Parts: sequence; C-alpha cells; structure tokens
Amino acid sequence: MTGPALFLLLAGLGAIAWVSARARALRLQTVARATGRRDAVHSLPGYHGWYVALWTIAPAVLFLAVWANIVPGLVTQAVLADPAAQSLPMDDFSRSAILGEARSIATGAQAGAFNPLAQGLVEPYRAAINKYGVAGAVLAIVLAFAGGAYAFTRVRPDFRARTRVERLVMATLLIASLLAIVTTVGIVASLLWESFRFFSMVNPLDFLFGTKWSPQSAAMGYGNQDAFGAVPLFWGTIFIGAIIAMVVAIPLGLMSAIYLTQYAQPVVRKWMKPTLEMLAGVPTVVYGYFAALTIAPALRDFAVMIGIHGASSESALAAGLVMGVMIIPFVSSMADDSIAAVPQSMRDGSLAMGATTSETIRKVLIPAALPGVVGGVLLAVSRAIGETMIVVMAAGLAANLTLNPFASVTTVTTQIVQLLTGDQEFDSAKTLAAFALGLVLFVVTLLLNIVALRVVKKYREAYE
Amino acid sequence: MTEATNPLAIANPKMSARDVKVFYGAKQAIKGVSIDVDMDHVTAFIGPSGCGKSTFLRTLNRMNDTVASARVEGMIMLDGEDIYSPSMDVVQLRARVGMVFQKPNPFPKSIYENIAYGPRIHGLAHAKADLDVVVEKSLRRAGLWEEVKDRLHDSGTALSGGQQQRLCIGRAIAVEPEVILMDEPCSALDPIATAKIEELIHELRGRYAIVIVTHNMQQAARVSQRTAFFHLGDLVEYGVTSDIFTNPTQERTKDYITGRYG
Repeated sequence: MTGPALFLLLAGLGAIAWVSARARALRLQTVARATGRRDAVHSLPGYHGWYVALWTIAPAVLFLAVWANIVPGLVTQAVLADPAAQSLPMDDFSRSAILGEARSIATGAQAGAFNPLAQGLVEPYRAAINKYGVAGAVLAIVLAFAGGAYAFTRVRPDFRARTRVERLVMATLLIASLLAIVTTVGIVASLLWESFRFFSMVNPLDFLFGTKWSPQSAAMGYGNQDAFGAVPLFWGTIFIGAIIAMVVAIPLGLMSAIYLTQYAQPVVRKWMKPTLEMLAGVPTVVYGYFAALTIAPALRDFAVMIGIHGASSESALAAGLVMGVMIIPFVSSMADDSIAAVPQSMRDGSLAMGATTSETIRKVLIPAALPGVVGGVLLAVSRAIGETMIVVMAAGLAANLTLNPFASVTTVTTQIVQLLTGDQEFDSAKTLAAFALGLVLFVVTLLLNIVALRVVKKYREAYE
Repeated sequence: MTEATNPLAIANPKMSARDVKVFYGAKQAIKGVSIDVDMDHVTAFIGPSGCGKSTFLRTLNRMNDTVASARVEGMIMLDGEDIYSPSMDVVQLRARVGMVFQKPNPFPKSIYENIAYGPRIHGLAHAKADLDVVVEKSLRRAGLWEEVKDRLHDSGTALSGGQQQRLCIGRAIAVEPEVILMDEPCSALDPIATAKIEELIHELRGRYAIVIVTHNMQQAARVSQRTAFFHLGDLVEYGVTSDIFTNPTQERTKDYITGRYG
C-alpha cells in the first residue's frame, strides 16, 4: 500500500470516528438530559467526535513516523540475510555502493544496474520493502482501530472530552513553538561546533585582530598563518552598515517621523506612512542591483571627476547609501512610535509656555523619545550589518582597510557568501572560516538586539 | 447671554471676550460667550462636565489651535488687542497668558531645567547667574523653593503630584506672564496638596490675572472673587463669587450650586 493511500485511509477512518462518536454522544446526551440534571452532560457532542477522531488518527500517524525511520535498517538486514548477498565484497565502501544501487533500482529511482551484483539484489530488496511496507500499513490500521475503539467506549455524557481535546490543542501549539526554539538552538550549536573546529586550526586572536584576509592563499597551501585576519571585514561591515547607512537613515528616518507625527495633516499621514513603509517591503536583491548598476557607476564617475584616486566601481559608499535608504522605514517607524508615546500633555505644556512647534520637538519630544529612538537605531544597525544582498552586489570583495568611501571594501556577509559558494570541503579552514564569521555576526546582532529591546522597554515603563 | 446676567461692569479688563463661539467640527461647544476678566481678582469658571468651561479657557491662550477640528468665532482681547487677529504672534501670546493643566505635566528634565525652559526659549535670561535668579524667584513664588532647593538637579517627574503641580505653576510664572489660566489644577491631587495650591493662588493674586476652572464649588468659593457659571456652552451667570453662591439670579445656577445636577 502506498503512503498517500494509507494516509487517505487513515483520514477516512478519522472522519468515520468523528461522525459516529458525535452521533453516539448526541444520543447518550439526549437520554441523559431527560433525567433533568444540569451536570449530567459535560462536553458538546462535537468534542466527543474530535476526541475519538484524534485517538484514531494520532497513534497511527505517530507509529508511521517512527516506522519510516526504522524500516530502512530492517530492509537492509533482510537483504543481507538473502543468499544473493553472500557474494558481496567485504569492504564497507563498495558494499554500501552496491546496496545503494540495488535500492535505487528497486524503488524505481534508477533504471538499470552498472554493477551486476546490484542487479541480483534488486529482487530481495523489492521483496523486503514490500514486506515491511505491508506490515507497517497493517499495524497502522490496527492501531487506528484500537485507538478509535478505546476512545469510543469512553464516550459518556459525563466524560470530559472537551478538557482532553483542549489539552491536546495546547500541546500541539506548544510543540509548534518549541520547534522554532529547537531549530534556533540547533543552528547556534552548529555555528559553535564548526567555529570551534576553525579555531583549532587558526588562532582566535589572529582571526579577531589580524588585518590580512586572504583565505584563497590558505586554500592554496600557503598555510593558515596570516590568512584569516578578519579586521578588514569587520571594518567594512561597520563602515557600510553602521556608519554610511546610518548617516543616511538616522536623519532621514527621524525627520520623516517628526514630520509625520507633528506636522502632517491626517490625510497626508494616511498615505505617506504606508508608502514610506513600503520601502521595507522591497526585496533586498532589488536594492542590490539598484546599488550595483545605478548608484555605484554614478559615484565612481563623480569621484573620478573630482579627482579622487582609487575610486572603484564597487564602493562602500554605493552600498552604504542604498542600505541607508533601505533602513529608513525601520528608523522612522520606531521613532514614530516613541514620539507618539510621549504624552500629549507634555507637548501641550511646552506649547502653553509659548514654545514653537520646533522648539517643543527639539527640547521636549526628542529628549523624551530618545531612548525609543536609540533602540530603533540599534535595531536598524543590527539589521544593516546582517544585510547581505546589497553588499554582495555592490560592495566588492577586496578586503581593504580604508577610510575612503569610494574604495571597494568587503563585509562579513559578503565573505561568507564567497567562502561557501561553489564546491566545498568541510575540513578546510577556508570553509570553516564562514562559520566563525557567522558566529561573530550572530553574537554582535544578538547583543545589539538585547540592548535595543532593554532600552525600549525601560523607556516604555516610564510613561505608564 | 443678556446684560442682566452680567452685573460686573469692569472699567479696564485684562482680557475680554465678545460673543465667542467654538466649534469642534460641526458640533458647537461654546454658544456665544462674553466675559471680562480683570487683574485684581481670581476668576473661577464652574459648571457641570462638558459645559465648555475648559474649552473656553483654552481659547484664552489659543491652545485650541492645536486641535485640528476646532474653530473659534467672536473676539477675545488682551489689553484691548484681538488675540485672534493675524498680527498676533501665538508664541508672544502664550508667554503673556500662561497655563497650568489638569494633570501635572513636568517635562522629563531636572527641576531646574523645567523652570529654566520658558526663560530660555523666550530669551529672558542668558547667563547662568541670571537663570539661577529666575529659577529661585519662580520656585519661591510657587512655594516650592524650600522643598527642592537642595535637589534642583533631580528629575521633575520624581516629585510628588502636588509638588509637580507647583513646579508647573513655577514654570508658568518663570516667563513673567500677565495672565495665568488654570484648568482644574487640583483635580489630580490629594486634599493637602490641594490646600497648598489654593494658598498659592491667594498669594499670586494681584500680581497676575488668574482664571481657574474647577469642578469643586467649595474651591471656587474659597479661591475666587469672581465666578462664572457655564452650562451647555452658555455663560449662564457671572458675578461676585459670594453673590453667585448665596444669591444667584438664574434658576440654572441655583439648581447647580444646590446640587440638583452636575
């Protein structure tokens, strides 16, 4: 029996269980109600239906999930026990190659065998897969019936089906949220592990404080010394994401937030705010080619015109400017929220003193909203330094340690992309360096986020 | 309003309103109020909630300008000058007509900076020494100096509610206004803090024209010499406080002060 058919069958059984349990509960409750006692009936019939349906489906599905994981081992054992397997070579490598080939043919993923030995194992494979497939299906259906029958006998007017179903709903939701957490923990663990392997090849101090980055030379056998100094990358990241981008985003974001909250007529605000926030919805790859194809050449021409040497067609400035534009909505919506959270009475108090609107903004609103604004800026920085697409397309690959915004610099994210594109071997320092870079980026963004959220939260409490 | 309900003929009013109407969108909140406020007396506006007394108070320093839907008709004069005329600078007006709000609203700055805020924006004091003088004088007048002189650089928001409200009064005084408008200044305070504010109003009387909106009729009787009773956007009766409370001429006034409604 094939997988989809089995699942359809189980779903059908579940539906039957639902209908029949509900009908039974309805009948029993009609009788129970006739006794006139209010507490004679606990749950609505629908809950009994769900209770029995879940007992029918859930154990069978759980069993199939476990079964699917142990069947390959059982199948291989069965095949190895077959007389045809006696002639297999003894070394593990060629043996598993032949077994794999035979399995591919048996399941139809491959048409013919290269190795005659594999051809001989196809039949035993087919037989074993079939056998265990049927066994699994039968067991699942038996479980479905057993579970359903057990639950069905518990359908009584006073049975607390609702409580059970609610509990199961809660458990499902809990598992869903735990999955996200488990994934995060897994990612962090893999980052830590691979970074640890990297740092066993390269001294962490050389990595964090070295100023020469040339992973290619390490890959070509010149040794790991002096090849993984990540300072130029950190500098490039900060130069683009935390300096140039913020020089664009902070003033523009803040000023648009002030305009939108303090000056704009409601009609203007109504269309202007969503339009501004649309910037955040533009795919970063679009910003990327805008930066690479429009801004960068224009900046280079401009730099050449005013006589700056070393102007590159992939410049820190191009990437930073475009990233700054991308970040504007983050800054402006955080600033907007914090300015709007300053009580109106504060503003009235200042205006009633004879302060102008701009004096009120500068001397009362901004200072009061500052923690929120700072939090927003920190979040924007953490977003900017983790941004990849724009810098990959517009910032370049040369690991320069330079203050010249027209020169090409590279960033942590760009280098991660470079290190992991193409064929990789997972035991070289060059590949593992990507994980170390990722770890640094993760730690920095995490810290920025924690600090930002703290600042914002502390400030929120001040006015409640 | 008819002349009969306004027995006060004030020769030289500080502020006077003539047939003032205020609209919020299509809704009319004030229906033609004429009133004179003079320098030597504290004037109280009383009336039930929603009668328009606060709205009217806010027209006196054009705080209603900040409400987008509000529209004011009629004429309001400060020393004979129309405050709604295009030549009137709102910033100047509000420096001359200060305001204290219902809820204490000190800025989230130090006590010193709260007081220095107004003098700074109006350029009344530049040198640190001048500012120190203004701050001390204002805090003394607001009756707060003795309590805060050792912690001028603590946050104004850390003071108690009553102290915060006196800080706000001091802040208003610091710009040397001619009129001080108080919008239910004690409604968020306990009785002791309220008594202190009332005492302060007595001390400030004569130096500034004071207009106070209050819900509390005992308070109006205690602090004011002139009382105006508002009801449903009308100025029903305006007169000497003792007359209003002992011998009102209008039926609606009598009903209100005897507690029939409100």
